[in-house]
Amino acid sequence: MNFSEVFKQSNQLCKVSPDGKYLATCVQYRLVVRDVSSLQILQLYTCLDQISHMEWSSDSLFILCAMYKRGLVQVWSLEQPDWHCKIDEGSIGLVSSRWSPDGRHILNTTEFHLRITVWSLCTKAVSYIKYPKACQKGIDFSRDGCYLALAERRDCKDYVSIFVCDDWHLLRHFETETQDLAGLEWSPNGCVLAVWDSCLEYKVLLYSLDGRLLSTYSAYEWSLGVKSVSWSPSSQFLAIGSYDEKVRILNHITWKKIVQFDHPAAIDNTKATVYKEVERRPAVVSEELSLHNITMVSTLFNTQSKYEICSLPVQIPVVKPDPDRANPKIGVSVLAFSSDSRYLATKNDNMATAVWVWDMQKMSLEALLEHTSAVRCFLWDPRRPRLALCTGNSKLYLWSPGGCVSVQVPVEGGFQVQSLNWHCSGDSVILLGKEQLCLCYMDTDQEENS
Amino acid sequence: MPESSQVKDARRCSVECRTPPLRQFSQLSLPLHRNSHRPSTFCTEHNLQECLSHISQEVSVLGLSPIWSESDSDSQLNVVAVLNCMYDLIQLHHRSLRTLENMEMEHLKLSSNVDYLKINNTHLKEEVELSKRQNTGLLERERQLQLKLKSLQNCLKNEKEEVQKLQNIISSRACQYNHEMKRREREFSKLRERLNQLLTDKKERKQAIDVLNNIGRADGKRSVWKTEKTEAKHEGEMYRTLLSDYDMRQRELVLENAELRTVMQQMKKEMVSILKSRKLALKGEKQELNGVQAISDDEDEEVFDSSKESLELYCIHAREKLTNSIRLQWRRLKSHVERLDSQVSLTQMSEPKNDDESHEEEMDRLKMEIQQCKEFIQTQQQLLQKQLSCPCDEDSASLQNDGYMLQEKKRLGEEWTSLEDQRKIFERERRNFTEAAIRLSHERKIFEEDRATWLKQQFLCMNPFGNSKQPLLPKSASASLITETEVSPPKATETPNEWQSDLASPIPRSVALTSSSIADLEYALCLIPENGVSCSSSKHRKSAHVEELSPLCENVPLRRKQWRESGDLSSHSLTQEKNSTI
Repeated sequence: MNFSEVFKQSNQLCKVSPDGKYLATCVQYRLVVRDVSSLQILQLYTCLDQISHMEWSSDSLFILCAMYKRGLVQVWSLEQPDWHCKIDEGSIGLVSSRWSPDGRHILNTTEFHLRITVWSLCTKAVSYIKYPKACQKGIDFSRDGCYLALAERRDCKDYVSIFVCDDWHLLRHFETETQDLAGLEWSPNGCVLAVWDSCLEYKVLLYSLDGRLLSTYSAYEWSLGVKSVSWSPSSQFLAIGSYDEKVRILNHITWKKIVQFDHPAAIDNTKATVYKEVERRPAVVSEELSLHNITMVSTLFNTQSKYEICSLPVQIPVVKPDPDRANPKIGVSVLAFSSDSRYLATKNDNMATAVWVWDMQKMSLEALLEHTSAVRCFLWDPRRPRLALCTGNSKLYLWSPGGCVSVQVPVEGGFQVQSLNWHCSGDSVILLGKEQLCLCYMDTDQEENS
Repeated sequence: MPESSQVKDARRCSVECRTPPLRQFSQLSLPLHRNSHRPSTFCTEHNLQECLSHISQEVSVLGLSPIWSESDSDSQLNVVAVLNCMYDLIQLHHRSLRTLENMEMEHLKLSSNVDYLKINNTHLKEEVELSKRQNTGLLERERQLQLKLKSLQNCLKNEKEEVQKLQNIISSRACQYNHEMKRREREFSKLRERLNQLLTDKKERKQAIDVLNNIGRADGKRSVWKTEKTEAKHEGEMYRTLLSDYDMRQRELVLENAELRTVMQQMKKEMVSILKSRKLALKGEKQELNGVQAISDDEDEEVFDSSKESLELYCIHAREKLTNSIRLQWRRLKSHVERLDSQVSLTQMSEPKNDDESHEEEMDRLKMEIQQCKEFIQTQQQLLQKQLSCPCDEDSASLQNDGYMLQEKKRLGEEWTSLEDQRKIFERERRNFTEAAIRLSHERKIFEEDRATWLKQQFLCMNPFGNSKQPLLPKSASASLITETEVSPPKATETPNEWQSDLASPIPRSVALTSSSIADLEYALCLIPENGVSCSSSKHRKSAHVEELSPLCENVPLRRKQWRESGDLSSHSLTQEKNSTI
């Protein structure tokens, strides 16, 4: 495993182009585009203000830089460095900006969710979509880029509009049976739309592309409900994480629950492997230093850690949420399927140090990773069943069915990994610190062991 | 006369027995009373006649034969009659005295009984008082509890009402809240609308796009006008995607079905093969059931046919056939397996039954043992406690020791029998010995006589040559005598030795072994109180018991020790002799 040198970045804005050739990073008001393989700077663009959002177009030809405070969006072309485009939302404000899947339109959400402005780069045409709903995830494009589902709120009722992205033609518009719609998400095959209600009510609705209600699912009533929803890449499973610390898996044929994954604090009967991160002072392991590679020497003053396999029973530290505060830190907030739909990784908010990996074939817990600090972010390798995660310290953690490893990021002065991004080939991970970034190259041929 | 008096006595006795004690007492106390208080001047010489008549009257009243009758009318008293009467009177008196004593005893007993009853009564009264008090207390408590219950019920009712009220409040508030929220939302949307309008109308900073030059579409096509045609196209595309999805799904399902079908086919084939082989095996055995067999054969053939067909045909008919045949096969296989199972379980049942029984027996035995040991331990603990708490408590200790005494007795009894056997043997030996002694004395006598005759002959036929030989013979005789006396006792002692080694030794040895093992066990369990400090009373009793048996078992420990230490026969014979002397 190799690490690149460290580059500056701000606002954790750093993205690899969809074709995997370029790496765009924002440093204050500058946009830097590098070649991923050589890390040489290819282009340097200067924006009008500090960039708050950056996004590649789907064809990797354009980069969108949004400056929300100024209500401005600037678009840069990689092929024609001289080409420029500036969209000013004026005094109506800007809270969110994104590309349409064709890479020729920009959707800007104005302040107070007054409307969504669709700008065309082809024709300079502008169109508006009124009444967008301000919610957890009110807008979603289908994977193939054909359709846009948008949550709307009119007359105290929730609606979903389905647009054809090609010409923004409103294909379907229907009212949903929700009290307060919180989010919607297309299935990866683009045929089913999952819609879920706000946390006050456990309700998941499944609509067909043509607006038919396929099924409704509700696990329980009265207490806080859905916290997160995720489709498996195969569209076979819909995983629903909720405030009762459980994940329920629905199947795509009957839309009934097929299995339920609990997240108990005490694990005493499982076939799963339980990995526990154990920290050690470097002084204690001086004799082991020689065994490690030379890069370890630079991290002498950092604590080292490694995973140890725990014998059962295991007690996971639980933080009791404050009952008087809204949005309690409890329940399954993050769900992620591996690219082959074989594994599901979950995180329960009141056990923030643990990541659970479930096997979707055996429908059981495969592994439990317990860390010394709270997990910030975890992402699956887009090609292999490999999970990368970070906990806000200077280490990168990796899990694969073969085992688990923690790697110290060999950077002087401490590099605290706040979040990470996989390269689309799965050969490298971009580690994002507070002001820095660094690339970690995986050894593609041999598996890592520690 | 004495006969009649006896008869009367007997009647008297029966009367006594029958009459209540009070009447008896009054009857009998009358003469006594008179005797003690009548002045001695009852009879004088002048009124002798009257006295006589009076006494005779009195006597007759008492039911005795009159001592004097008017008809006799002479001064001469029938002395015999008087004496008899006297005797009767005295007897009567004695009897009355005895009954009086009895009565007094009875009285005492009754009075003590009465006292006891009185005490008992007071006691019971106290108890009644106490229970009455308790009852009132309990009643009071019940009353209090009922009060409490009532108050709690009231509380509950209040709480329920409160809950109801709160629920109402909540629902009304929720209703109000929803209404308010809707109102706000409407206001909010109105405001948004207004804001939108204002912002779009605003001149100074409009929304604007500034592009250097328009870029082409990603697909290279030109944008088209929105027409009904495009709309229809979109619809069509949507349905196409949906259809393709359904198509894909259907294909997947078909694939899955095909897979399942192949699995079923395979399963069926295997089942058929299994059943076939079984049937072939059975066929030889069941020749007599031909009719039934034929039917099942037909069925099977049909099944085989359908399996061949269904490989090619996917129509509903074929499918039904397949599923039906599989069901049939499955049923058969199931029944077959069940039968096998039952057979196996039967054989298994019979096997482990013995095991189980033996296990249970073993368990029972062990449980019994544990129970016994526990009892031992408990009794020992009790004993120890008794010893610690009151070492002088003789009765309880002796009671407890009775058990051990019994054991000891048993043990001693066994030894007694063995010793009895030995004693018999020794008796026989002694007899032998005495017989031998008698024989010896006889021989001696004969010898003596012989010697006398010989000496006489010697004396008679004394010659000068014989003198030189003369001192030789007595020497030899004395020597022979000595040898004879020396030899005979070992003969006698040797026989018991043989006895000992042949017969007696195995029995006592085994006895000793068992007894020692019991003693060891008891010692290990600390059941036999140790000598010295331990329970004196029990020891007393035990020692007494041992003393009783001492003439018999005195040697037992000694001999046991000797046997244990060495199998030496000489020491053994010593003890044996000692025994025999006793």
